Amino acid sequence: MDFIQLGLGRWLHVISGVMWIGLLYYFNFVQVPALAEAAKDNTGGGITKHVAPRALFWFRWAAVATWVFGAMILGKHFLDAFFFLKPAYYAIGVGAWLGTIMLFNVWVLIWPNQKKILGMVQATDAEKAKARRVAFLASRTNTLLSIPMIFFMTASGGVFRTAVFG
Amino acid sequence: MKNPLDSLWGTVISGLVLTLILYQIVKFALQ
Repeated sequence: MDFIQLGLGRWLHVISGVMWIGLLYYFNFVQVPALAEAAKDNTGGGITKHVAPRALFWFRWAAVATWVFGAMILGKHFLDAFFFLKPAYYAIGVGAWLGTIMLFNVWVLIWPNQKKILGMVQATDAEKAKARRVAFLASRTNTLLSIPMIFFMTASGGVFRTAVFG
Repeated sequence: MKNPLDSLWGTVISGLVLTLILYQIVKFALQ
């Protein structure tokens, strides 16, 4: 049972997390600056039509998978982590809260606004401009939060926790 | 004041600062 919950669970948590945060970094470090550059000579159409929808699909479902596998690893210690009930779970609790806020941002702020930006749902030009700003700030917020989130995830167990927190 | 999230470096530096703050809080709570 431990093999499935902890062994496979952690493996799948990391794989889906790499896809989620990898695509988040792709959006922030590559796609947004590329689209700003492409806007100057009107060549961004291919990115918004063919790349962005596919990237967003894997991005938002990888976010769900990462959270679910994370919850699976915590198992009976889920509440210990989220409510900081035991000192051994303080560090992973901070990481889990940051990841949960990021998942909220993906599904409540980024994805609904991206649908307006990419024309998947009807929106006026003013609504699209507002959606672009909200999605951008939520995506940047997630990039910011990913830095402490990954710190606490990687410093939360065994020798790593002892090395980092004493 | 400019929003640090408007630049990539502002975002990364803000993330590092938040990491340091949260680290100090958790370290203090564990003492």
